[in-house]
Amino acid sequence: MQPDKIELVCPAGSLPALKTAIDSGADCVYMGFRDDTNARNFTGLNFDLANAKEGVRYAHAKGKKVLLALNTYPQADGWQRWTAAIDNAAELGMDAVILADPGLMQYAVKTHPGLRLHLSVQGSATNYEAINFYHEMFGIQRAVVPRVLALAQVEQLMAGTKVEIELFGFGGLCVMVEGRCALSSYATGESPNTCGVCSPPKAVRWQKTTTGLESRLNGILIDRYGAEENAGYPTLCKGRFDVDGETYYAIEEPTSLNTLELLPELLRMGIAAIKIEGRQRSPAYVGQVTKVWRQAIDSCLRDAKNFVVKPSWMAELGKVSEGQQHTLGAYYRPWK
Amino acid sequence: MKLALGPVLYYWDRDTMLGFYAAMADAPVDIVYMGETVCSRRHLLRLQDYLDMAERLVAAGKEVVISTQTLIESEYDVKTLRKIAENENFKVEANDMGAVRLLANKMPFVAGSTLNVYNPQTLDLLAGLGAMRWVVPVEMSQQALASIQDHRQPNIETEVLAYGRLPLAFSARCFTARRHNLQKDDCQFKCLDYADGLTLKTREGQPFLTLNGIQTQSALVHNLIGELDALQSTGVDVVRISPQAHHTGEILHLFRECMEQRLSSAQALSRLEGLMPAAPCNGYWYGKPGLDFIRNAQPAAAANPVAASNAL
Repeated sequence: MQPDKIELVCPAGSLPALKTAIDSGADCVYMGFRDDTNARNFTGLNFDLANAKEGVRYAHAKGKKVLLALNTYPQADGWQRWTAAIDNAAELGMDAVILADPGLMQYAVKTHPGLRLHLSVQGSATNYEAINFYHEMFGIQRAVVPRVLALAQVEQLMAGTKVEIELFGFGGLCVMVEGRCALSSYATGESPNTCGVCSPPKAVRWQKTTTGLESRLNGILIDRYGAEENAGYPTLCKGRFDVDGETYYAIEEPTSLNTLELLPELLRMGIAAIKIEGRQRSPAYVGQVTKVWRQAIDSCLRDAKNFVVKPSWMAELGKVSEGQQHTLGAYYRPWK
Repeated sequence: MKLALGPVLYYWDRDTMLGFYAAMADAPVDIVYMGETVCSRRHLLRLQDYLDMAERLVAAGKEVVISTQTLIESEYDVKTLRKIAENENFKVEANDMGAVRLLANKMPFVAGSTLNVYNPQTLDLLAGLGAMRWVVPVEMSQQALASIQDHRQPNIETEVLAYGRLPLAFSARCFTARRHNLQKDDCQFKCLDYADGLTLKTREGQPFLTLNGIQTQSALVHNLIGELDALQSTGVDVVRISPQAHHTGEILHLFRECMEQRLSSAQALSRLEGLMPAAPCNGYWYGKPGLDFIRNAQPAAAANPVAASNAL
């Protein structure tokens, strides 16, 4: 039997973004505190305790959920920062915390046995044995799966576990298995695992030269743009490099994940939730993307067989996509 | 400290692999990790081949550990993992939590670096499940390691990658196939053509990364020969050398000589420079970008510091 529900999980990098997401049709928002306990540790982003409290109040008043991302790996000398964040999550009445570190999961289970745990994508769980490990050890109830599996592989994985599965549906695309990528720290000293950042803004330099506009990350040339080209943020896996005499996007083009057309399939498979990436993006982005996905999900729930992706939805999403390009990523096997 | 040889991360032909491990029986190495850790399409050696070679190495006095694949995607991958976990003769290096689930409380295992142990709480948890050794994440600094070591229980050993291109990232996409405009499912096993991986350079010619199928490595060669004393004082029990296409035996010799104080680290580094496929880096150890290189090779106590610094 086809499930009658698929949760729409939207990013909230700030209180205005949170309210916009809720007002635009999110079932659930996810947020982080203002430090390195979450993987979008950017200046000016995220929540202090007062904002988090107001966010939870706002969402709960409208019957929506709030998840807290505590998805970096606690560093040994800062352990208390992560445990304090868990304590605060429980105190604030968060509907779940999204964790990657087993030590921290153990703390959460022991200290706040009623707190619902989700396995973060940063936990790199791409198979049911791994997911079942976290379930048996810590009782995680949902796993966010890295953006590296083909849909058939996700289905195989689901056959081996009773843990709910959440998939990324839209937004920035990590080409590497999340939680297992140290490219950023190799280039800049800071990575998602250790500092909650990838290709951090403070390492970025733009330079106009006679051969074009150059983007550099800690001095490393990530890309060079001609006069007619649109320059993109120098995320280091999305630059143009030279391999064996050929210059091209050697790892991935600047492009966004967009799985709108897979919705009927995701629903049939029994995916519990679809995650929209982008806590670092503006409230306007959150509003636009949430509205389109709300409409699409509702349309698919009404009649999955005759579901068609409306061109207007794609046009709206295209406006906010990286490089104005879309991909199905690894869900579509030939991408690999 | 003990000296370990990591698994071969590249795709070498069958004869090369058999010859490589036959030679390792006589190499000055204590522990040999072996097994396919990168890509399930690499099939020239089967698990049984590894187990056969492992037996010969054990007969030569080596500790042998079978390493599991890092990215487990398909049911086929899970089956292979299960076969490795169920082998009765060799310890296993678990490179994914799926492997930990299969090994926990059944047999002692090595917690591989991709398990992401960044704090003593997670380390204790794995030790409680049967981990007898852990391999430090590639990006961890000496300082961060020291604060874990301060709280480490005595029943678990610590291993650090001390030489080789750094395995930095794993993807579902094959970047070697992509270079040849091939899809992964029809990769034509192009990795066989690149015994030390395929160098990715910036558009101004700086060697930056190494493409090795679905794995992305550093272009530079991580080298902690100058940090052996610091490794020892940080309580590291095992240092790992990652195999490369040529000179792996000589590199093991140089590390062994240096560990036994028969060679200064400055002398060893200068000899290593002729054996590395690219320039050295060691920034991670100093809490800096991994590609940095801090020249810290110290002359041995007996050596003349002035002569040593001139040698650099």
